[in-house]
Amino acid sequence: MEHAIEMLNITKEFPGIKANDNVSLRVRKGEIHALLGENGAGKTTLMSILFGLYRADEGEIRLNGERVHIRNPNDANDYGIGMVHQHFKLVNRFTVAENIVLGAEDTRRGFLVYDKAIARIKELSEKYKLNIDPYARVRDISVGHQQRVEILKMLYRDAEILILDEPTASLTPQEIDELMGILQTLSDEGKSVVFITHKLEEIRRVADRVTILRDGEQVGTVEVAETSNEELAKMMVGREVVFRIDKTHAVGDQPVLEAENLRVYSHTFRKDVVRDVSFDVRAGEILVIAGIEGNGQSELIYGLVGLNPLTHGRIRLNGEDITNSSIRERSLHGISHIPEDRQRHGLILDFPLEYNMILQSYFQPPFQHRGFLQFDQIRNHTQRLIENFDVRSSSGPTSLARSLSGGNQQKAILAREIDRNNNLLIAVQPTRGLDVGAIESIHKHLIAERDDNKAVLIVSYDLNEVFTLADRILVIYEGQNVGILDPRETTESELGLYMSGSKRADAA
Amino acid sequence: MIVDIFNEIVSILSYVIPVMVALLIVSLGGLFSERSGVINIALEGIMVMGGFVGAMSMYLMLYIIGLPIQLAVFLAFIVGALVGAGFSFFHAFASVSMQSNQIISATALNLFATALGLFVARTFFGYRRINVDESYRFDVPFLSEIPILGDLLFKNAFLSTYIGIVLLIVVIVILYKTRFGLRLRSCGENPHAADSLGVDVGRMRYAGVMISGLLAGLGGVVFMIAFQNRFESDVRGFGFLALALLISGQWRPQRIFLISILFALMRVVASRGDSIMGLRALEVPTDFFRMLPYILTLVVLAFTSKHSRAPEAIGEPYDTGKR
Repeated sequence: MEHAIEMLNITKEFPGIKANDNVSLRVRKGEIHALLGENGAGKTTLMSILFGLYRADEGEIRLNGERVHIRNPNDANDYGIGMVHQHFKLVNRFTVAENIVLGAEDTRRGFLVYDKAIARIKELSEKYKLNIDPYARVRDISVGHQQRVEILKMLYRDAEILILDEPTASLTPQEIDELMGILQTLSDEGKSVVFITHKLEEIRRVADRVTILRDGEQVGTVEVAETSNEELAKMMVGREVVFRIDKTHAVGDQPVLEAENLRVYSHTFRKDVVRDVSFDVRAGEILVIAGIEGNGQSELIYGLVGLNPLTHGRIRLNGEDITNSSIRERSLHGISHIPEDRQRHGLILDFPLEYNMILQSYFQPPFQHRGFLQFDQIRNHTQRLIENFDVRSSSGPTSLARSLSGGNQQKAILAREIDRNNNLLIAVQPTRGLDVGAIESIHKHLIAERDDNKAVLIVSYDLNEVFTLADRILVIYEGQNVGILDPRETTESELGLYMSGSKRADAA
Repeated sequence: MIVDIFNEIVSILSYVIPVMVALLIVSLGGLFSERSGVINIALEGIMVMGGFVGAMSMYLMLYIIGLPIQLAVFLAFIVGALVGAGFSFFHAFASVSMQSNQIISATALNLFATALGLFVARTFFGYRRINVDESYRFDVPFLSEIPILGDLLFKNAFLSTYIGIVLLIVVIVILYKTRFGLRLRSCGENPHAADSLGVDVGRMRYAGVMISGLLAGLGGVVFMIAFQNRFESDVRGFGFLALALLISGQWRPQRIFLISILFALMRVVASRGDSIMGLRALEVPTDFFRMLPYILTLVVLAFTSKHSRAPEAIGEPYDTGKR
């Protein structure tokens, strides 16, 4: 069978690190090929070489059997290669059509004309079931649709080879389903698709074959149908991975957090998106808030930690009313928070790691003495956390937070929040976008917190995670508490009914 | 009574329009730079530079060569515009090619322009000013005969008024109806997107900055002719006012036009408030009128900047490494 892409013996070195070491990738025409590996395994580097963003130090690229030299993205474009980057390259204020034609505009007598382009976009949108309105503004459409605009951009330029870099990282489960369908359609139409991922489920659902990278080296290429998830995980991480951590069921005793009739207003939706939610979290248990994304979970947490004011309700922490306390007061009272958006609310990306570790405690001894920061103390503190939590970075405490991989950023936040003197740990989607190795380590830490008699509150959209961690499950639907369930007596499909609003517990 | 009021309006407008046009032209200049992603607080300096060379060339054309006034004005506009474009090249080079801080490089231009103007004027003319004191207003043939409209727009007019209005339309068309405009705007919003589709971000930003120099240089000459009849090494903060206009106008030409009318009106009230019939009757101290445009600027900015619609990538040097 002919190969659409052959990347042979590719080696690429960056100062101090061999990102790709003698890697070969062969993709058949019309195939969906997954590129699997942990964060930092060299997947994105390999694809960037194919797309002309980097040039390989050694090795060669062949397209349909012919050797080619791809010097920049324009070359790649001419060869029919398109790439959807992890961070979309879209102009938010432009319409879909403007984004798509940019750089390849039609003009008549010097003025822009869109009629042909729009007809073509509609045709492509229909053919690949993308359901895109060319007149919509990009900032008004969902992330899932924005991604489809990126796919349309490639199709508009007649791409035959489509590269997608972690396409599901920022999508909701439903959007992921739809994307999988789109990838299938693309391959049915003869396009070759390469997608980068570290999620085994997705590979199982759509990929024909998978190439696994680890530490810049190629571990192998296998047919998906002939392998198991356990085997793939082992190839990716290099050791046996435990998918479900064994944990004993715990029953909490003393309530640590008591929330009564909380209502939280959302400026985006211009209404209360959390409506009269009451619950408690007890010492020594993990309460997981389950539900479909966008049912008020984010806002509920904002209300608890003080990022958003409550429109109604009361919050007590260890019996003390903190309803009107500031964020700092709540944090000093013992709330630790691992936020949903770690890059926006969890870290200051352009600060070194060591300053990020003292964001809530820089004003307290030993980090502060007579108004001056104590840099030795700060560095030692950070060094200790790095060692205890295995946070990997290029230059330890002085590395910029931005330079860390997603998994290590999350471990750094986890280290900071757990190490603080807390009695309630709130974590929102603590493992979103992480690979199985990092997920395992974070889950272990969260359970250890519980065993240390802390109250742990987790928001998760991932059913596996819900059942792995929960001692009790609180289900949220349309901003309301629709039931508190015992995971030992609940099946996934039953939980699904609660999450979709088709069932609710009367006692809630 | 009605005739009096009409005459009063005509007289106010004859002051407002030239101010408005000067502000509008410079502001539209800033628009090109900022929509391409480069902050341009050098508008003031570029105006000074354009006004300065424009005044020298006017002096040459009027008193040494002896060209007719309106022709000399037109040629001075072209000279000022070219000088402005050339001068802004330095800002483009620093902020695009060298990726330096855009505020600092623009501030350097502002300081340099004033100093150079002063130095040259003193050296050649002995004063800190270049006098080109002529009557630049004229009646447009035929059109000025139209009742009411003729009095309002075509009598006692400056050439710059018509250039400004044409420019406004041309700018709107270029920005929103041409390939160049779409690409320019994309560079100001998301240069990574533009780059990934083969748009040369550097070239677009050079173009944006230098067009802004072209218009600010032209604006410098317009300002000199419409206000001072001489070059005085400064433009009374008009470049910065144009910048405020750009922000209040939310980086959109139509709004900039509307706000330029408001600002110009305030500016006229400030300088001539005590000679405007209705206002004189109020018996308010003239200092109050003088304060008005500045207070208004603050108020307008305070209200409009809350919903700022600045280009998303404004002020960020484009670094291909970050893609």
